[in-house]
Amino acid sequence: MTTTAAAQSTRALRLPNLAAWLGVAPFFIFAVMFLLLPTASLLVGAFQDHDGAFTLANLGRLWQPSIRLSYLLSIEVSVASAFFGALIGLALAIAALRGGLPAWVRPTLMTFSGVASNFAGVPLAFAFMATLGRLGFVTVLLRSIGFDIYVAGFNLFTFTGLTLTYLYFQIPLMVLVVAPAIDGLRAEWSEAAEILGAGRLQYWRMIVMPILWPSVLGASLLLFANAFGAIATAYALTGSFLNIVPILLYAQIRGDVLHDPNLGYALALGMLLITGLSNLAYLYLRARSDRWLK
Amino acid sequence: MKSGRFGAWLAMAIGALYFLAPLIATFEFSLRMRRGEYSFDAYRVVLGSSAFHDSFLYSTVLGAVTIVVGLLVVVPTAYWVHLRLPKLRGVVEFITLLPLVIPAIVLVFGYIKLYGSSSILPLTTTSLGADALLMFGYVGLGLPYIYRSVETALRAIDVRTLTEAAESQGAGIWTILFHVILPNIRSGILSGAFLTFAIVIGEFTFASLLDRPAFGPYLQLIGANRAYEPSALAIIAFALTWACMGLIQLFGSGIRLSADKR
Amino acid sequence: MSFLTLTGIRKAYGAHTVVRDFDLQVERGEFVTFLGPSGCGKTTTLRMVAGFEAPTAGEIHINGHDVTHLRANKRAIGMVFQSYALFPNMTVAANIGFGLKVARKPPGEIKARVDEMLAMIKLPQLAERFPYQLSGGQQQRVSLARALAPSPQILLLDEPLSALDARIRVALREEIRALQRSLGITTIFVTHDQEEALSMSDRIVVMNEGAIEQVGTPSEIYNAPRSRFVASFVGTLNLLNGKIVDASAGAIDIDGQRATTRRTLNGAKPGDVLPMALRPEALRLGEGGDDRNTLAGVIEDVAFLGAVVRVRVRLQQAAIIVDTFNTGAGDLPPRGQPIAVNFGRDDLIPLHAQ
Repeated sequence: MTTTAAAQSTRALRLPNLAAWLGVAPFFIFAVMFLLLPTASLLVGAFQDHDGAFTLANLGRLWQPSIRLSYLLSIEVSVASAFFGALIGLALAIAALRGGLPAWVRPTLMTFSGVASNFAGVPLAFAFMATLGRLGFVTVLLRSIGFDIYVAGFNLFTFTGLTLTYLYFQIPLMVLVVAPAIDGLRAEWSEAAEILGAGRLQYWRMIVMPILWPSVLGASLLLFANAFGAIATAYALTGSFLNIVPILLYAQIRGDVLHDPNLGYALALGMLLITGLSNLAYLYLRARSDRWLK
Repeated sequence: MKSGRFGAWLAMAIGALYFLAPLIATFEFSLRMRRGEYSFDAYRVVLGSSAFHDSFLYSTVLGAVTIVVGLLVVVPTAYWVHLRLPKLRGVVEFITLLPLVIPAIVLVFGYIKLYGSSSILPLTTTSLGADALLMFGYVGLGLPYIYRSVETALRAIDVRTLTEAAESQGAGIWTILFHVILPNIRSGILSGAFLTFAIVIGEFTFASLLDRPAFGPYLQLIGANRAYEPSALAIIAFALTWACMGLIQLFGSGIRLSADKR
Repeated sequence: MSFLTLTGIRKAYGAHTVVRDFDLQVERGEFVTFLGPSGCGKTTTLRMVAGFEAPTAGEIHINGHDVTHLRANKRAIGMVFQSYALFPNMTVAANIGFGLKVARKPPGEIKARVDEMLAMIKLPQLAERFPYQLSGGQQQRVSLARALAPSPQILLLDEPLSALDARIRVALREEIRALQRSLGITTIFVTHDQEEALSMSDRIVVMNEGAIEQVGTPSEIYNAPRSRFVASFVGTLNLLNGKIVDASAGAIDIDGQRATTRRTLNGAKPGDVLPMALRPEALRLGEGGDDRNTLAGVIEDVAFLGAVVRVRVRLQQAAIIVDTFNTGAGDLPPRGQPIAVNFGRDDLIPLHAQ
């Protein structure tokens, strides 16, 4: 909106500005009461001991082996599901958008991605149990042709199983996030590269990858943050077996297993820092790539 | 480029396999309740159980209230920011991104701390208070999507001209909002509504930690104790999600669709 | 032998033929324009020369070699696109040097050539900028430099000025032509803008619905259009229906008045009605001498267009548009005033009905 348009609007509308401020008030009251204050209260609590005095001890105690391990496990699951989710999602998106496939493939993939990225939590855990559990459909199928994955060491209720399950919503999320960037690859660039003598590989290496990498990296970070904060799927699938941070936090909220509420707040702070930084990095990379592709 | 096209088809085929296998497996498993033959017994049991009805009803009603409150919060704000307070746009959009950054579990933890038994507004101690808290939490979860769909719809219509035209006819602000603006952003509202509903219906984290009898915790309980019913429920949940997304496609435009039920 | 030859080129998508019977010979260093409305096949033909589309039939030869089935990246052709198509992740210098980098030239040679190109387009200060920081006109000049850097044998330009403002378009037009002349590079330019075509080209190929309507110099195309389409597409035109009175004497009846044309009326019989073209600038107001044609009419409208005053004169059925220079003498002739217009005997161009 230009300044002249804004000026015009204040002249033209005879409704007082007061109405505008009153109109947005519910939003801000809601935001303060149910988004900002609760979060701030946790952050404050992370720096307090049980008398309310300021302390950094809670943060220090995050470093204890069991909690450190928890964070490590969370990071590993998140990195693994983000990495493979990004790779596979990128491949699918490129195949559907640029692979020369019939026109119906793209909207089908997009719609399905919209649904699948939403199909998470408890039902997803059930679905994977029915697929890859000891008596799951695929397990039994493979056993019937002589390949028993459980004998080979696979177990759905482990790190690998959880990552595999997470991929079910990570891959579609990647497709949705990265599709606009791939759409942004204009056909003229490939033609310009070709007429200047470049082969297909050179075009991909010198033009497509440099243009796409900020978007791909940013999307991967989004996937990472997404996995890091996820709990319902893990809880339904592995219960408390895999001690990722959200599960730990869940147990702490439920029953104070850490015997120290302030440590719980510190745990939450740690989570928030990680997801916050990842999202910030994602936004920065997206802004940068948008600027180039203007 | 022939080789490229083969690779593309291969990728799609593998993708399709990975995504359809769990659905087929779950459906197949859900039919196995009666020993020896396929039947819909699991579905019958589930759909007949009062626990299912109660929790589903609870979540549905809560979803409806969430949508109404969410719209009441978002629509006037989007409208005024568009018309009169453009400088607030950055702040408002930042706030609508917060629920995507703050993990649900952290947010509900904050609720319990801030509105718990030892605070000045002990919402968690009463049943109604906890319901209200859950509802507000859901409004938060749905906020990014409601805002984005309403915003997109507002941008598509000429808000200023409509308002001026209505004003020149003597309409007051409520009339303008309800009778002029709302009908024109119906598609945005419906998109946001269906997406919020999809989020609410299966949500687990908030409901579980606030100890409310919602559909999400019911699902988790069934999964922990029963064998075949969880699969039936998973299929029902998936069908519901498809229905919501389908209705969104019908009514809305392309918005990034992903929600926190994880 | 011509430098670029297109023989019997045809392009069809299934049942739909987009280009047919296209034959053209372009000399080395010539600037040829493909001119026509949207959908006439000019861009498709250009893309066939570039190698992005394969002709359904026919052959393309460049400098004696048959390139019809050669891939685009092997043809040593430079191309400038309507949307500039600069690589957004590279600086101006990197963009310009791209063709040389792909050809694995040594870095020193690439730098020297890039500097040379930047000097040629007079933008050396923009070397380290990115495309998103440049204006449309600047981007197009960089695009030109990038196309020319690898010293291609042919330069192709696909409506390069269509996306630019009018003033920049005119300036760039002159720059492109001057550059092309100094480099002596064989060039094909595609446009729908007849002013561009007329001012820049050595020869123009006028196309319509996939076929060539006429090939000629700008002067030939403008002054001796061979069909109604060419006459009406290029320049403003008066189209009159002339009834043949005496074909050998060139006597025509226009709206009840007599006129004579010195142009041939081959095969026409008395009573035939032929479309006749008459350029507005060929007409003058007032009675003409004995060696000129004079028609009487009434002034219907007068439009002041700046340098030109456009007067519409109504005969009986037909109206004629007369363009006269604005002499600055002040008053324009009033509407409703009876007036005579005169034009030379060569100015009445019979068109063969299409």
